[in-house]
Amino acid sequence: MSFYKVVEQYRDFDVPNFFDQVSDEDIILSLAKEKPGPMDFLTLLSPRAAGHLEAMAHKAHQLTVQYFGRTIQMFIPLYISNHCNNGCAYCGFNHKNPILRRKLSLEEIEIEAKAIAKTGMQHVLFLTGEAQHMTPMSYLVDAAQLLKKHFASVAIEVYPLEIEEYRQLYKAGVDSMTMFQETYDEGVYKRVHLAGKKMDYNWRLNGPERAAKGGMRVVNLGPLLGLSEPRREMFFTGLHANYLENKYIDTEVAISLPRFNEAEGDFQPDYLVNDKTFVQFMTALRIFLPRSGLTVSTRENANFRDRILPLGVTRYSAGSSTGVGGYTEIPDGQTPQFEITDARSVAQVADAILAQGYQPIYKDWDCI
Amino acid sequence: MNDDVLLLGGKEFSNRLLTGTGKFGNHGQIPKMLAASGSQMITVALRRVDISAQSENILEYIPKNVTLLPNTSGARNAEQAVRVARIAREAGCGDFIKIEVITDMKYLMPDNWETLKATEILAKEGFQVLPYVLPDLPLAKRLENAGAAAVMPLGAPIGTNRGLETKPLIAMLIENASVPIVVDAGIGKPSQAAAAMEMGADAVLVNTAIATARDPEAMGRAFDLAVKAGRTAYLAEMAEASTLARASSPLTGFLDE
Repeated sequence: MSFYKVVEQYRDFDVPNFFDQVSDEDIILSLAKEKPGPMDFLTLLSPRAAGHLEAMAHKAHQLTVQYFGRTIQMFIPLYISNHCNNGCAYCGFNHKNPILRRKLSLEEIEIEAKAIAKTGMQHVLFLTGEAQHMTPMSYLVDAAQLLKKHFASVAIEVYPLEIEEYRQLYKAGVDSMTMFQETYDEGVYKRVHLAGKKMDYNWRLNGPERAAKGGMRVVNLGPLLGLSEPRREMFFTGLHANYLENKYIDTEVAISLPRFNEAEGDFQPDYLVNDKTFVQFMTALRIFLPRSGLTVSTRENANFRDRILPLGVTRYSAGSSTGVGGYTEIPDGQTPQFEITDARSVAQVADAILAQGYQPIYKDWDCI
Repeated sequence: MNDDVLLLGGKEFSNRLLTGTGKFGNHGQIPKMLAASGSQMITVALRRVDISAQSENILEYIPKNVTLLPNTSGARNAEQAVRVARIAREAGCGDFIKIEVITDMKYLMPDNWETLKATEILAKEGFQVLPYVLPDLPLAKRLENAGAAAVMPLGAPIGTNRGLETKPLIAMLIENASVPIVVDAGIGKPSQAAAAMEMGADAVLVNTAIATARDPEAMGRAFDLAVKAGRTAYLAEMAEASTLARASSPLTGFLDE
């Protein structure tokens, strides 16, 4: 069985009707449960639950401190190629965008790695587009082995792979993988993914599960909030994480909540998630999945990132550049994958974390 | 109580509260907590120690007079735990090692089987091995035979603060083990630490409850007092709790007159 069975199970579930029925008593009950189930999670995602945000925030804070302490693990993304055959309507790397395409050579990756390592960062996430002819497995393996020399932990955010390929990358030193489904709604998925291998909903949906089978220690999921109705998207994201946690108990599951930001190509999202709803999503996730990692990237601005620290986050990217070769060069003519709104340096983010009473963690695992 | 020393891994400790370095909001709180609690042994996850010293090194916050207990947190099998232990020793962290092998990310339960395998290997290599386990008497005996310096049963899953949920199982270890029993994980309140000591545990290890308290320094002191109280009560041989009331002047005393 794959997670698709769960998608099918809830596909026709009438979420708006469920939300209409949710009462304050239901919310209080769901909040009080020691082990909230999927319907409790959906209850906490309801518009009505926004009226209970303070209580949700307290519970999320308490659970996060209990299981993760007052610590934030830091990582930095490294874009090694923006070649892509996919036509994702919302993405700066869309194959139709007339941007400067670039793939770093191993020498160039090493130069970037050295520049990043100087900031003290020890967890690196390397990214590519989906263009297997340009960035084949052999290139990914070489990049992983090279980066492992400079960092304690190496993670990937690349195109979906086979189980055996994940296993190969694990052996090369990669311990974590990130893959966003972008949207769990198959209709919308078809509408926004117009070319390339990414058009295959199921191939992508089962990517995180294949990674878990291939031995990855951490699997990080997420929707791209704004493509489809966000509360429903969050519900499916939580179900996906819950499915993987139950099935692969030795895999750590983490969730990201990327929401829309401007990218190249003038894409207008159908939905916007405001700060209050974002916090509701984050706290509902924490209450439903107390031990899951929660990642917040530099898509979010500095002020907001500082304020949400106590509400469930466990991982922050920092000092990020989302262009290829962005750490050592002035990215002339370079188009980022998405716009960064927290442009602080690694040291500045670390100081801000400390100022909030949290300890930044530079190293949390070494795949020795 | 001065002569009541804990002999652990060939070393004497006058304080029976072991502490941890995880979850502090600021590593600067660690030395203050150690001073306030009197703890003489602290566990540190090697996964978080930067041996290359590119970034901040957590070991700098631990005073030299406190014994380091590196742990293998993050290891998912015996092989990884063994590698982490060897790296810890090479990095100058001493011979003590707490084996923590967890293959379940949901409840963070220790994998007793892998832990036993790692203990067998590392004890032979001269490590002072403190295995973190789910309390199980036959396993504890195997660990002893393998050369473990102590056995560390959990009171409740890590970080849950639920206290001594495994009390009857821990009691079996205390009654039958020939190595020290250190109750590790799940202790959320000083009163629970006192309860563990009252029942005869040789020591307790407390991290989450101290590190995540609003004032870790004061909470460290509170746990120290609780551990001392529990230990003193144990040594004083408490009267058993009974469901029958016992009059301080026996009702049938006259029969012996």
